[in-house]
Amino acid sequence: MRGPGQHLPGLSRQLPRPAPRTLLALLLPPAPGAGRDPPWLARYRGLFALALAMALLPWLLPNNFFFGVAILVGLNAIVCVGLNLLIGYAGQISLGHAAFFGLGAYVSAILSAQFGWEPALAMLAGAVVVGLLAFVVARPILRLSGHYLAMATLGLGVIISIVLVHETRLTGGPDGMAVPPLRLLGTEIVGARAWYWLVAGALLIAVWLALNLVDSPLGRALRGLESSEVAAESVAIDTVRTKTRVFVISAVFASVAGSLFAHYSGFLTPAEASFPRSIELVTMVVLGGMASTYGAVVGAAILTVLPQALTVFHDYEQVMLGLILMLTMVFMPKGLVPNLALYLKRRLP
Amino acid sequence: MAEFAQFVFSGITVGAIYALVGLGFSIIYNASRVINFAQGEFVMIGGLTTAMLVERGVPVPLAAAVAIIAAVIAGLALEKLAVEQAREAPVVTLIIITVGASIFLRGLAQVVFDRNYHALAGFSGEAPIHVGGATVVPQTLWVIGTAAALVIALWWFFGRTLLGKAILATSYDSLAAQLVGIGTRALLSLSFGLSAALGAVGGILIAPISLTSHDMGVMLGLKGFAAAVLGGLGSGLGAVAGGLLLGLVEALGAGYVSSSYKDAIAFVIILLVLFLRPTGLFGRRRTERV
Amino acid sequence: MSLLEVSGLSHGFGGVAAIDDLSFAVAEGEVLSVIGPNGAGKTTLFNLITGIYKPARGHILFAGREVGGLAPFALARLGIARTFQNLQIFLAMTAAENVMVGLHRHLDARMLPALFRLPWIARADRRAREEASGLLDFVGLSELGEATADELSYGALKRLEFARALATRPRLLLLDEPAAGLNASETQAIDALIAKVAKSGVTVLLVEHDMKLVMGVSHRILVLDYGRKLAEGSAVDVRSDPQVIAAYLGQAGSSLAQPPSAARRPPAAPPIDVSGEA
Repeated sequence: MRGPGQHLPGLSRQLPRPAPRTLLALLLPPAPGAGRDPPWLARYRGLFALALAMALLPWLLPNNFFFGVAILVGLNAIVCVGLNLLIGYAGQISLGHAAFFGLGAYVSAILSAQFGWEPALAMLAGAVVVGLLAFVVARPILRLSGHYLAMATLGLGVIISIVLVHETRLTGGPDGMAVPPLRLLGTEIVGARAWYWLVAGALLIAVWLALNLVDSPLGRALRGLESSEVAAESVAIDTVRTKTRVFVISAVFASVAGSLFAHYSGFLTPAEASFPRSIELVTMVVLGGMASTYGAVVGAAILTVLPQALTVFHDYEQVMLGLILMLTMVFMPKGLVPNLALYLKRRLP
Repeated sequence: MAEFAQFVFSGITVGAIYALVGLGFSIIYNASRVINFAQGEFVMIGGLTTAMLVERGVPVPLAAAVAIIAAVIAGLALEKLAVEQAREAPVVTLIIITVGASIFLRGLAQVVFDRNYHALAGFSGEAPIHVGGATVVPQTLWVIGTAAALVIALWWFFGRTLLGKAILATSYDSLAAQLVGIGTRALLSLSFGLSAALGAVGGILIAPISLTSHDMGVMLGLKGFAAAVLGGLGSGLGAVAGGLLLGLVEALGAGYVSSSYKDAIAFVIILLVLFLRPTGLFGRRRTERV
Repeated sequence: MSLLEVSGLSHGFGGVAAIDDLSFAVAEGEVLSVIGPNGAGKTTLFNLITGIYKPARGHILFAGREVGGLAPFALARLGIARTFQNLQIFLAMTAAENVMVGLHRHLDARMLPALFRLPWIARADRRAREEASGLLDFVGLSELGEATADELSYGALKRLEFARALATRPRLLLLDEPAAGLNASETQAIDALIAKVAKSGVTVLLVEHDMKLVMGVSHRILVLDYGRKLAEGSAVDVRSDPQVIAAYLGQAGSSLAQPPSAARRPPAAPPIDVSGEA
């Protein structure tokens, strides 16, 4: 059986050394009475579990199609982890995040396909462009609240989406455009397996960054301002600046994921930036569990895989999808991960 | 000048539909603080059911009545089976439930009907009428007339009847309303039913002008939401004003600037309005006592 | 010098003057209570001082500097902290985290160090946890640090808000009805807390209806009625001012007009008479 890390052009991965005792300690909380974890372990435990799961997954995937699905899950998860910081922690809603994804994708695609930029640099440029745009629109938009904010982000997303469709000279319009493959360290990243490792690595980094942010003064400020903005202001938190920061970082996450998608898929259409895609992303975050980074990953995984799995129902696919969504949210209103965590907390000693 | 009048009529026509959909959003928002993402699907149920029934020989008024009833049933079911079950959930969860409902209803329409486009004949034929320099189809007058009549009826209902005032009271303060004996649960159902009926009527009215299909609700729902927010969420006057304004901006933008960018222009206008008036044109500012 | 000086302050809502040409000063280190009937403008005054409202007319000077109309977070940065009449606790966070948010102004709140968890972030976090623990001890919530705020009792939450406000290391602390909704023993605890805080050098501006608490803990009292100053002075002076009695305290001879007996005096530092000082 070919193991991961071999036969991959220019890419290798360090796996955690499979020493049973250490691995167990990494994955499981200490038994009662066995003392406390060092703080870094408590914080990153889920990250290690995620890394292990992603390292083992290739053994379970029968063919390239499934690797393709896994890659899409990973890319959606990166966007959702960033979006969750905005929706779940800062309590701000964005109904236009697919536009940041699409914009990152198109900037990277256009710069590399039409201007001959090195794809990695084009990706970086995409992140900068999207970050700047998010920064500029954040101030006026984030002054709004609740559904007005939702509408503003929705409007922004639709405007970007329309521009992408109609600037045919640059973007190829609704028929899409071809995108050159990504090159890292001189080698082209092609093939589902190579991309799987790249996206897995990117997702781990994204989750690591998000976990760090949540457990920092900025993260606590975010969670505070979601509960009570007036109280946050009273303890010297500049709520506008804080909201702007998290808006920008969530946009950048989406942009990077979008750029990766563009180079992975080799072809890009404006549908990636559409309003239904934005709704899909928000649904993933809420389904998986808001204010839960792992919830965002779970939500992305489920909503990427579920439509594929539901094709067994043929014409009833959408009916089943809608039904499952409704039932899940009715019975697990906080989202899958938080509700499951609550359930386990009550059942286990 | 004739061109301008043409665009204005076109804008008011589609704006009237946006207004009806927007009113649906506002009524449900007032009753439950929820943004009902399935609102567009009520429009679809109205239009598509009518079209399909008429195709099978059912007379238009009967088909329309059945369509409205179907939409109302869908609305009541959504409220009873989903929204009410998740009463205590955060608002975002409730919104996602309505997203699920919209997917469900679209999928159901696909199965019950089909995925094709269906046309419906105009209620009074297709002979063009000349009004104020513009040439319009009779259906345009149906749309504007019916929408206006409905708006007036709603204004009377919410302003002058006890039931309507009870609904408004519930929207201002649900707990206080309950404490004075208002059955808020029943009113919630009524609000969903009413919104569904409004949406359905909109769908029936617009069906002869634009084609109906199982996914016609997506864009209409989006525009209706935009209209409601533009006018100030929760304000009936706002929904109407927002809808008409949105329709006009779209039509004028398409006519004078660029038809491919008409939606973008409309949303730019919406963003500008929101930046200047953060709670929409007529929206209430929510104050928090500290 | 006065730490806080308010002069000619006026502010209204839709034609109603909530605060009308109000002037007073708070000396550094003193406890000044603001009392008056409901609707007298007490919370409006607080909201003006903490930047939630921008004064229509008049000046607010903090440590000699004009601060009227500054944003709330800027005022907090200058050292003005407050608690709220309607609790504004971060209910989804633990008690310790609530207090740690209060330390925000003293921590590195930048994005990049947070994202990459640069070494000093972790160290500062550890110190922040310790300081939060200390503050929870100070307000008597020692064992409840890891409890989620929505599990705590009302009395505990009022003390938690206290701790969070103290975490900002303020020079001026505004307390908006800290004893509201508390029973007698909880009120005594708050009383002791306020005295402890005042002793540690923090200037306190207090809005309260509980006269026992007010008389026991204040150096001076400011009486408002319909947004105007009715009286200002020591507890003794205010207590016997006929206008104050008529408007608010009740007739002379009632229990509220009597000095608190020794038995009822709370275990706090006795109020220092600073009457005559501006």
